[in-house]
Amino acid sequence: MNSVVSASAAAALPQADEVVRLKDVKRRFGTTPALDGVSLTVRKGEILGIIGRSGAGKSTLIRCLNGLEQTDSGEIHIEGRSITGLSEKDLQPLRRRIGMIFQHFNLLSAKTVEENVALPLKIEGLGKTERLKRAAELLDLVGLSDKAKAYPSSLSGGQKQRVGIARALAARPALLLSDEATSALDPETTRSILALLKDINRKLGLTILLITHEMEVVRSVADRVAVIDAGRIVEEGQVWSVFADPQAPITQSLLSGIRPQLPDTIAARLSRVAGTEQILSIDMAGPAAQGALFADLSQALPQSFRLVHGGIDHIQDQPVARFFIAVPTRDAALPEQVQNFLKARGARVEVLGYDANHA
Amino acid sequence: MTPIMLELLFRSLWETILMTGASGLISLVAGLPLGLALVATSRGGIAEKPWLNSLLGAIVNGFRSVPFIILLVALIPLTRLIVGTALGTWAAIVPLAIAATPYYARIAEVSLREVDRGLIDAVRAMGGNRWTIIREVLVPEALPGIISGFTVTLVTLVGASAMAGAIGAGGLGDLAIRYGYQRFETTVMIAVVIVLIILVCGIQWLGDRLVARLDHK
Repeated sequence: MNSVVSASAAAALPQADEVVRLKDVKRRFGTTPALDGVSLTVRKGEILGIIGRSGAGKSTLIRCLNGLEQTDSGEIHIEGRSITGLSEKDLQPLRRRIGMIFQHFNLLSAKTVEENVALPLKIEGLGKTERLKRAAELLDLVGLSDKAKAYPSSLSGGQKQRVGIARALAARPALLLSDEATSALDPETTRSILALLKDINRKLGLTILLITHEMEVVRSVADRVAVIDAGRIVEEGQVWSVFADPQAPITQSLLSGIRPQLPDTIAARLSRVAGTEQILSIDMAGPAAQGALFADLSQALPQSFRLVHGGIDHIQDQPVARFFIAVPTRDAALPEQVQNFLKARGARVEVLGYDANHA
Repeated sequence: MTPIMLELLFRSLWETILMTGASGLISLVAGLPLGLALVATSRGGIAEKPWLNSLLGAIVNGFRSVPFIILLVALIPLTRLIVGTALGTWAAIVPLAIAATPYYARIAEVSLREVDRGLIDAVRAMGGNRWTIIREVLVPEALPGIISGFTVTLVTLVGASAMAGAIGAGGLGDLAIRYGYQRFETTVMIAVVIVLIILVCGIQWLGDRLVARLDHK
């Protein structure tokens, strides 16, 4: 799936399994557009990751979905209902269908953990016994039953976010919004929080929309990813396919820390002038990446390449491979043969340049 | 110190406690909503109304800029209307409360303004209305500041009540002026000062204890 397909899907009539549908949503602050015509759909039960640099408009986007932020134009449908132009009062029942977790947790310091979790139910008008019973269930779900009577200040960051998640789930929402929920946490805690979100997604079939600036977050939990830059969605698709073949420069740049890159020492020596070795990058993903590529290559063309760097990652159970190889140029026809072999096997091959200094 | 002087000292202490306590309570009941209104109507507040905010701000500043001794005299007609007399301890409570209310409103405003906006967002995102935000977020989260601000107001009222002697309200300050200062009775002066120190320390101690118990930050 690519962005063209989903843009036309967004323009079509709302479908039953769409939890969120945005059409050409615009919002500007002063003269700078924060959202510059965003169209997007989130389907029931999926985890959509929206990634972008800070200032790309992702926070504004997520806050528009529950009306914390106003839009200038465009349409937002939540579970088939249009929310644009609704008054604060009309937004209130709708917000109870949407849970939200925050980067800085936003727990009320004057309330105990269970009171925090029970607050959405208090707003809904549920009685105290029922509220606390449900809060206990949720604290059990997030593994914090023993902290029910504690105050948030005595918890660690990861525990606070677990309370935040329990609170967001209290009113049995149809959608969970995650606003940089792991950005204030250390890598280990981040992993445990993401695992919890994935677990909840599977167990409860909960639809999750998360925004982040970290590709690692998208990689580990999202089903689909949308890349936002300067208030526009520049790329969208299955996580593994976007990771395998990023189109937009911003996506490539966001992925640079997480995909194998040509080692600096070689990159520094690289030249356009023909040298002793040609450096190639090889990208393969999905079924194409499952064969014994290099074994076959060395059998077909013996001594035709040297492996420089790379690896195979598994995203959504799909292999995503990226390698760098050096092909000797002593036989002038060899680089061409290697490239043709790889292309025939479904790889994307790019000539990066020549390494003159390698002995 | 004679038994009569001792009795006078206790009577004055009671008058001070009465004046401070009653006017303090009124300033809490009236000043907290006023402080909430100042925060809620301000730019970016939960009930943004700039004109109302300016109006309230001007009224608060107006009352706060009048020296208390002038307010005491200027409010005599109002005092007479409410209490029935312009003289005595009860009569002093009216101008004291009117002076303390805008003072306390500003202190409460500062505490309420410091409540993290993210918490308000969180409760809005849950579907809470303005009333929920006030009841579940603003007041409970600002409570330590609201209480310690009230302590400050009470101590200020102890000082201000000394001036209420001008309308025959009695109290410790009045005792110190009439006996200690005007009659050169140093013992009375010292006794009054000691009692005032104990009173102020007691109020502060109680306030601090309460804040320590309520603060979970």
